[in-house]
Amino acid sequence: MEPASHGLRESATFDRATIHAIQRAAETGIYDIRGWGAKRKLPHFDDLLLLGASMSRYPLEGYRERCDTDVVLGTRHAKHPLRLATPVTIAGMSFGALSAQAKEALGRGASEVGTSTTTGDGGMTPEERGHSKHLVYQYLPSRYGMNPDDLRAADAIEVVLGQGAKPGGGGMLLGQKITERVAGMRTLPVGIDQRSACRHPDWTGPDDLAIKILELREITDWEKPVYVKVGATRTYYDVKLAVHAGADVVVVDGMQGGTAATQDVFIEHVGIPTLAALPQAVQALQELGVHREVQLIVSGGIRSGADMAKALALGADAVAIGTAALIALGDNHPKYDAEYRELGSAAGYFDDYQDGRDPAGISTQDEELAARLDPAEAGRRLANFLRVMTMEAQTLARACGKAHLLHLEPEDLVALTIESAAMARVPLAGTNWIPGEGL
Amino acid sequence: MATLIDLAETPVRDLNQALHEAPVASWRVLNPRGAHAVACGIRGNFTVDIEGHVGYYCAGMNQQATVTVHGNAGTGVAENMMSGTVRVRGNASQSAGATAHGGLLVIDGDASARCGISMKGVDIVVGGSVGHMSAFMGQAGRLVVCGDAGDALGDSLYEARIYVRGTVKSLGADCVEKEMSAEHLAELAELLKAAERDEDPADFRRYGSARQLYHFKVDNTTAY
Repeated sequence: MEPASHGLRESATFDRATIHAIQRAAETGIYDIRGWGAKRKLPHFDDLLLLGASMSRYPLEGYRERCDTDVVLGTRHAKHPLRLATPVTIAGMSFGALSAQAKEALGRGASEVGTSTTTGDGGMTPEERGHSKHLVYQYLPSRYGMNPDDLRAADAIEVVLGQGAKPGGGGMLLGQKITERVAGMRTLPVGIDQRSACRHPDWTGPDDLAIKILELREITDWEKPVYVKVGATRTYYDVKLAVHAGADVVVVDGMQGGTAATQDVFIEHVGIPTLAALPQAVQALQELGVHREVQLIVSGGIRSGADMAKALALGADAVAIGTAALIALGDNHPKYDAEYRELGSAAGYFDDYQDGRDPAGISTQDEELAARLDPAEAGRRLANFLRVMTMEAQTLARACGKAHLLHLEPEDLVALTIESAAMARVPLAGTNWIPGEGL
Repeated sequence: MATLIDLAETPVRDLNQALHEAPVASWRVLNPRGAHAVACGIRGNFTVDIEGHVGYYCAGMNQQATVTVHGNAGTGVAENMMSGTVRVRGNASQSAGATAHGGLLVIDGDASARCGISMKGVDIVVGGSVGHMSAFMGQAGRLVVCGDAGDALGDSLYEARIYVRGTVKSLGADCVEKEMSAEHLAELAELLKAAERDEDPADFRRYGSARQLYHFKVDNTTAY
């Protein structure tokens, strides 16, 4: 029987997922740890629309007139900035959270289209370095696997203060994924539930960060761009402080940003949406007079060329994808549905990255499962997806009359809802009204 | 004959570039005057003697070199050192030897808070006392304290070993006193000798992880 057809009504407050969460907590006595990002409905780029050209703007001919996509990151201080062919990069994800094959596939896919990929907590693997033309090396609070030789081998350094899924929280990697290789790289006992620190061990606050960035530049002879990544919370202030500390690039990760293992309560209740954070970041850069001089990368729920085009129009220099990249590799593919169901999930719902039993061979350290992912084939799928994203963004940009993706501007956007108009600071569609403007 | 670099005349950038590019057998650095990032990211079997006080991250990420600070050191001396030896003749500020993977760090005087935080294989010998939260989340290596230790020593410790000669104000979560066996006395004697100390290993007590926080359990709620 379908309960609703018999007049039974589900509680909006205590819906089935909530009831299940209470029952699960009561039975197990431990909070829910999962992967993925925020699953709740949030104001997002879908709530914005682009205004194509008509009488008052001049569109470019699709497929014939050029719409360039190249972007240079790290022009402020670095001797060797990153020159990317498209402004969509691969966000930091660790070997440990992901299989070596998945990391290699990310490197292959990104390199094929001329963009960068990023290490994660736990250090750099040879697979990843070998297959990544542009590799960003994350410098994290745990410093697991942190090695000056890898720092020198990187193309850029990303000082991570937090991530959108859990700003203010450290990482975790559960015991089932701490294999001998992962444990060896992180100097930890095999099989423990690993905690990563939430604060850096040798600096506190923006004044110290300036000295830390100086040290990283000195060690690498001022060659490499230094990024600072923050989870989106007090973004306006964080971006200003990151610039003052000397960042070449600021990365802002909204609350839809993914994770391999975090408490569900953290994922759903801490941080602000990407759409709310981005205009704050741009405002901070503009007020300091460094918009476009210090580049801005935005991540958290980016899924398409439309999301990319809208983020660029709001003032980002590039976007980064994580969850979308994993889906492109094969995550949550329907062909694994039966196996997802055996794990108590289903294709399209699977978020148990923490568990290490990923049938797609991506978020696992199990050798047999990991071997299911062919890095070359998965890398090709990712490259295809990145190309499609880029072409989608070009299509939209040409329609707005732009000869470069970075020429998109806030004036090209309107909002569908009052909330998104207020957050994005663009007018509600069909009006000149920007809620909150002038306050 | 040491190559002389006077930081009153030469920028730190030039010093580090020289140390990275053309290391000779020995260097002498004058007038550091609290400068940051002095002799960081160096690689090679050579010596650097710094005549005065240094700021943050002196000898950071050192590989193989022997660096001696004839003065005090600021925050994060020898942070993330991989190998080699760093010696501070005076006192060291916070986070000395933070996250260091190898080598030997000797501090003749006192070290401040978080000495050996997240240490990953380094050996640290402190002639004086250490501040609170020392060896926090220490993963591997040995911390030897010839004086006293502050609050929350070894909090959330993994497999690093701690030896303290004086008093411990308090132990952090999951850190316990452990038995001192012959093996431990022997390794402590070696560490003291390497640090040119003459304390008697028998006067020390050993601390390590109780390993009760290695897995998330509801019974550990109060510790989280």
